[in-house]
Amino acid sequence: MTDGPDGGEVITPSQTVGPFFAYCLTPSAYKYRQVFSSDLTAHGAEGRRIHIEGRVLDGDGELVPDAIIEIWQADAAGAYARADQGANAAFRGFGRAECDGEGRFAFTTVKPGRVPGPGGASQAPHINVGVFARGLLKRLFTRIYFADEANEADPILALVPEGRRPTLMAEPSSAGSTHYTFDIRLQGDAETVFFEA
Amino acid sequence: MPTIYPVASLRADPPSLAPDYVSTRKRAPSKPLVLLPHTLSELTGPVYGHESVVEGDDDLTRQHTGEPLGERIIVSGRVTDESGRPVPNALIEIWQANAAGRYVHVKDVHDAPLDPNFTGAGRVVTDGDGRYRFTTIKPGAYPWRNHHNAWRPAHIHLSLFGPSFLTRVVTQLYFPGDPLLALDPIFLSIPDERARSRLISQFDIETTRPEWALGYRFDIVLRGREATPVEEPHDD
Repeated sequence: MTDGPDGGEVITPSQTVGPFFAYCLTPSAYKYRQVFSSDLTAHGAEGRRIHIEGRVLDGDGELVPDAIIEIWQADAAGAYARADQGANAAFRGFGRAECDGEGRFAFTTVKPGRVPGPGGASQAPHINVGVFARGLLKRLFTRIYFADEANEADPILALVPEGRRPTLMAEPSSAGSTHYTFDIRLQGDAETVFFEA
Repeated sequence: MPTIYPVASLRADPPSLAPDYVSTRKRAPSKPLVLLPHTLSELTGPVYGHESVVEGDDDLTRQHTGEPLGERIIVSGRVTDESGRPVPNALIEIWQANAAGRYVHVKDVHDAPLDPNFTGAGRVVTDGDGRYRFTTIKPGAYPWRNHHNAWRPAHIHLSLFGPSFLTRVVTQLYFPGDPLLALDPIFLSIPDERARSRLISQFDIETTRPEWALGYRFDIVLRGREATPVEEPHDD
């Protein structure tokens, strides 16, 4: 099967995660060992600890109780964990959380540093986000930026229509707080910006 | 900047909105996706390999004191990229219904029996040549409420991490000859027939173990092309 673009192989297509993933992917309530955590600092990590909480909402504004959120981010110095560091890296940069019955998710992590961007520009601190759920045939991909950071020169935000950029901003609960809120709206007027990459 | 993954490869995926799959109607984004250049944020990814699995994770028939009911099967295959290169040390997470079509999940209310000897969750990691193998029970079909008399074809859920954030995929393995495939809006959401056929495992007499279990082969192709990556892991 070599009829993909440019003569490559056709990739294995995505299918929905469905409603019944928890006993494998986020099995803390089941008797199955958990590999991934929503606390990225569990093994120790340099940097400023932050908490990000949010909700997932559908096109009617209804809370989505069966979504799973994954994040991938650089450490506080702006470095991504690498393969050769393996399990020895204190901060591995990846987390996973399921929504509770009220559509809420939460992560504990560190504020990421700036990372290199296109053409030598640097990217403002951000966290890559994947959203899976029943009704999502493929992962939705967005980013969390931080409203209290210098985002003006970010080369990725510059690609986003200005009026939609606020959907990508985690808001601190008060000035200087380490608690942030980031809601994900799957559909509608205030829809979160999703990326194709 | 590193060479990017071809975005055209994503045409194999289903669209976000597939109205026959009713749950997509209020959950699919309605605004255009923003095309992103591939930066370090997308071209790196979490690395979870052999340390993530323990003995027994690859045999879903041996996680309890007794033997589960149902048809024992061995699923094996190879994970490669679009150029046919193996993807080694890739974590695959597996979950499924039991032989009666019932999930362990607390919210599954299908009137079919749970099996005290079957949970239906496993993990496996590809070897240096991208190969993997796990033993399980062939899952049953089960009803869902998408439309009148709707039944999901028998399937196993698979979640894969490749080498980067962009290679992450969650998909489903189906079985050959299943008459429910032609009626399943989730399977049929994939527009391209060749891409759909990627998801149908093949019966394989070579991996069938005499007197023990039927073999099914399921090869998986992740994104990524020759000259794609990125950085040598040791170059700094």
